[in-house]
Amino acid sequence: MNNIQKIGIGLFLLSLIIFTAVLGLNSYTLSSDGLSHITNDVHRNAIIEEAEKTGALDKKYSNNIAFIGDFKSILNNTQASLESSYKSNPPADVSEWDYKMGDWVMKDYTINTLKATGDGPVSNNPLLFLFLTFGLGIIGGLLFILPKFRALPGIKNDNIYHSALTRGLTFTPRVGILMATIIGVLIYGFKYMNGAIFWPLVTAIVAGLITLLVFLHEKKKETGPPRSASVPITGWIGFFAGFYLIGFYILLYWMPEYITNWTTIVDPVSHMLSGNDASQWFLYGLMYTVIVIVMGIRMMSKYRHNKYQRVRTASVMFFQTCIAFLLPEILTRLNYPYYDFKNIWPLNYTFFFDWNINNLIESGGLGIFMLVWGIALIVLGVPIITYFYGKRWYCSWVCGCGGLAETMGDPFRQLSDKSIRAWKYERYIIHGVLVFAVIMTAMVLYHFFTGSTRVLFLDSNNIRQWYGFLIGSAFAGVIGTGFYPLMGNRTWCRFGCPLAGYLGLVQKFKSRFRITTNGGQCISCGNCSTHCEMGIDVRHYAQRGQDIVRSSCVGCGVCAAVCPRGVLRLENGSTDIGERAEEVRNVHIEDLINAK
Amino acid sequence: MKIVIIGNGISGISAARWTRKLSDHEITVISSETEYFFSRTALMYIYMGHMRKVDTQPYEPYFWKKNRIDLVKDHVDHVDFDNKSLTMKSGDNISYDKLILALGSKSNKFGWPGQDLKCVAGLYSMQDLDNMEAHSAGLKRAVIVGGGLIGIEMAEMFRSRDIPVTILIREESYWNNILPKEESAMITRHIYDHHIDLRIGVNLGEIVDDGNGKACAVIIKETGERIECGYVGLTAGVSPNVAFLKDTGLKIERGISVNNHLETNMPGVYAIGDCAQISEPMPGRRPIEAIWYTGRMMGEVAAYNVCGREVAYDPGIWFNSAKFLDIEYQVYGDVLAKPPEHHATFYWEHPDGTKAIRLVYDVNDKTILGFNVMGIRFRHEVCEKWLKEKTHLEKVIEDLSLANFDPEFYKQHEQDFVDAYNKQTGANLKLKRKRKLDQVLKFLKA
Repeated sequence: MNNIQKIGIGLFLLSLIIFTAVLGLNSYTLSSDGLSHITNDVHRNAIIEEAEKTGALDKKYSNNIAFIGDFKSILNNTQASLESSYKSNPPADVSEWDYKMGDWVMKDYTINTLKATGDGPVSNNPLLFLFLTFGLGIIGGLLFILPKFRALPGIKNDNIYHSALTRGLTFTPRVGILMATIIGVLIYGFKYMNGAIFWPLVTAIVAGLITLLVFLHEKKKETGPPRSASVPITGWIGFFAGFYLIGFYILLYWMPEYITNWTTIVDPVSHMLSGNDASQWFLYGLMYTVIVIVMGIRMMSKYRHNKYQRVRTASVMFFQTCIAFLLPEILTRLNYPYYDFKNIWPLNYTFFFDWNINNLIESGGLGIFMLVWGIALIVLGVPIITYFYGKRWYCSWVCGCGGLAETMGDPFRQLSDKSIRAWKYERYIIHGVLVFAVIMTAMVLYHFFTGSTRVLFLDSNNIRQWYGFLIGSAFAGVIGTGFYPLMGNRTWCRFGCPLAGYLGLVQKFKSRFRITTNGGQCISCGNCSTHCEMGIDVRHYAQRGQDIVRSSCVGCGVCAAVCPRGVLRLENGSTDIGERAEEVRNVHIEDLINAK
Repeated sequence: MKIVIIGNGISGISAARWTRKLSDHEITVISSETEYFFSRTALMYIYMGHMRKVDTQPYEPYFWKKNRIDLVKDHVDHVDFDNKSLTMKSGDNISYDKLILALGSKSNKFGWPGQDLKCVAGLYSMQDLDNMEAHSAGLKRAVIVGGGLIGIEMAEMFRSRDIPVTILIREESYWNNILPKEESAMITRHIYDHHIDLRIGVNLGEIVDDGNGKACAVIIKETGERIECGYVGLTAGVSPNVAFLKDTGLKIERGISVNNHLETNMPGVYAIGDCAQISEPMPGRRPIEAIWYTGRMMGEVAAYNVCGREVAYDPGIWFNSAKFLDIEYQVYGDVLAKPPEHHATFYWEHPDGTKAIRLVYDVNDKTILGFNVMGIRFRHEVCEKWLKEKTHLEKVIEDLSLANFDPEFYKQHEQDFVDAYNKQTGANLKLKRKRKLDQVLKFLKA
């Protein structure tokens, strides 16, 4: 690392510290001015009244935590008093739903009030802080990355297992953190479902069943612990990086009121694009895009000699920046529905939700086109393109989750578990999620067409709320990305993504895509398996001379890139795929299969 | 029947796996190096931090139990061929009905003064790697004696930790006893590009003792120059690891003599891999071939013979591969540094000097004899088919795209190759096929 790179790291860390500190830098004064964003007069006046009563009005709070605590109790009290006054004395001129205050508006009121009443360096100088966080982060990142272009082209994996950031954790703490996270999610899920135990319980039982299936199966075959279990290494920086990411996702999904200062600093960008104030989702989208671009440049520097990697990386950078981030913002500005043209159900699990369908139908020709386009991708796009090119066309060329995994996640790809046990978990879980997504969507559509929420004992609103919480937020975000430094960069794609499950079924059973093994050239070194982000034991096939057809392969091409002997090639062809993938090919004595 | 295999490298493990596939015999594999089979060729990646030790194991630990292959971590001190019994370092005795010797190699030492000092070692075993690792902290310079595949690997390893490296080779150009002149020159340039101090045409004079039994410098024989260093890598080739079997009645020349069924002179005893010396090798092949692929093939053949199904060892068409720093190398068929008179060659090199294709053919009938590719990947099966079928050189050139195995989007160089060939020979060849997988598979089936 040269001095410029050291400065780059320093700037990046500084930007991270400032970014974190931004959350606490504003003070808040609850004034009636600050509530003027509430257009519902009944609500606004009731809140002001309640705030006066508790002495919170015009009180200055030095941080958002205290403010949120008080404001939430004010809202709760207001809600209760509106409820009771409606009962005792129903007003004539206001409808019940305008009069009473629902849970959902309370969340909006909290966030908007925080943004409106915030005062301090962040609110006064959002542009300065935009520079100090995003700006410094980008500059620092590029200072670190750009000098790498001067190195000789070639494989750049030196010392990844010596680095405390990228060498991963031992089996026990890793499983410990995973278990703790799952239990935490279930407990929080109980609260999220307003104290209904049913869905958290079902989830826990399913998790238990899967574990039982995996282990029962193992016992029969006398299998041992996974291979990744035995090496004592601890990547403490990776641990903290994972911790930070997990925390970020928890705030983003479930406590967005605590990160309004972050949205404040990206307001100027949002105003420029869509004209609206930034929500937490805009913040997330902007961060995501910036990270994909900067780390995409890093990927380019790393694989300067490999055109497949360069083209592929450029592709994910393009789709994230233009199709996933900019285009929807521009559509919003033009009063069209916010729509990500490359997001496909069931990854895009809200596609068939009533509000989305209604929104699209009501948005004229373009809206109808979006609806048809979305459905066409599911029923035609996925099977046809996957037939010709394998699921890689989506997973490692187009998809946003894949884009992040291939850029920010690249330093962690080696941490995926290659054991048979992990593979068994993978198959149960990913297909389980796919089934869950299908059932959930079927119920939502049933509700949409019949107006009835109930099928047997299940409630469609309930199931979709739980899906959104468990799969959409906890799995895809908290575990999916938070566990990059702990379980590899494709944890979500490999174990969770229902679309990957769907694409994988097509790839496994009806596709021309395979990884060809080059005759007998394999030396079993294990680079391919080690660097497979999907946890495929590529070497198992390569050393037998077998072509590789696996449903999980996202076709990133890194196995072929790191192979020191030119053994692997990603190819599409209709000939002989079954034969070449099944047979033990690398045999010296020809008749051997029938030998016994 | 009890089959005992000494050595858990690729040869021994291949023998064990195939024996299990073919029979229900009891199988024991003995090694004092590691508990589990690992890929020796991947040692360098552990040091460089690309992989952990566990990642170099091709099979998960449960595999051995599942396949009823008993693993014994112990050292064989003595073999009693008459009583079919092994004496172990631990004091145990292990008896066998049939014995497969897969003993591997040891690094050559040519009697240099100081060759047994601390911090002087080859790179062959896991212990060598551990030793190298143990002495790497704070290392100011390493000197590597001998080029070849291990020498350049060792240099790459040290460079991954920014440790300056000097390589001493006797030759005038890297590995020019195996590589033809142009390829050898290419790698030599590449070594300099990587800031490795390659000294050509020099021999090791002596390794200097720092007074505590540790190497502190080497002295070059020709010039007397002293190079300060904290580690000396000895990579001047390997030879069969057979010393402990001398005077047991086993026939040993450089390696253990075996016939083409891989049988030694002792009944029920076989030798495979690096330690075996084939008495009557196939034409054009060396009696000892210490490479991964032949070890794997011999393991398979030995298993057949052990299980009573007589099969002769036929390594087929020669192939090998390696990677010199960033340049991959593949060879199929006969490509010799000092070719016999009837070998002719056509060589094309990319202007950037890191990619090349060489076709070797017979002067008389222009049949293809061999392929050398640098920085480009070729298909093993396609090249093998051309060689087996004694294809005409110009037919190969016209179909050359079928052999291209580079990743998608890589620039293909077949047209440049054809142009160069036409220009030099006055021929008017055109590329007739594309690099399409379906075409390749049809060609292979034809």
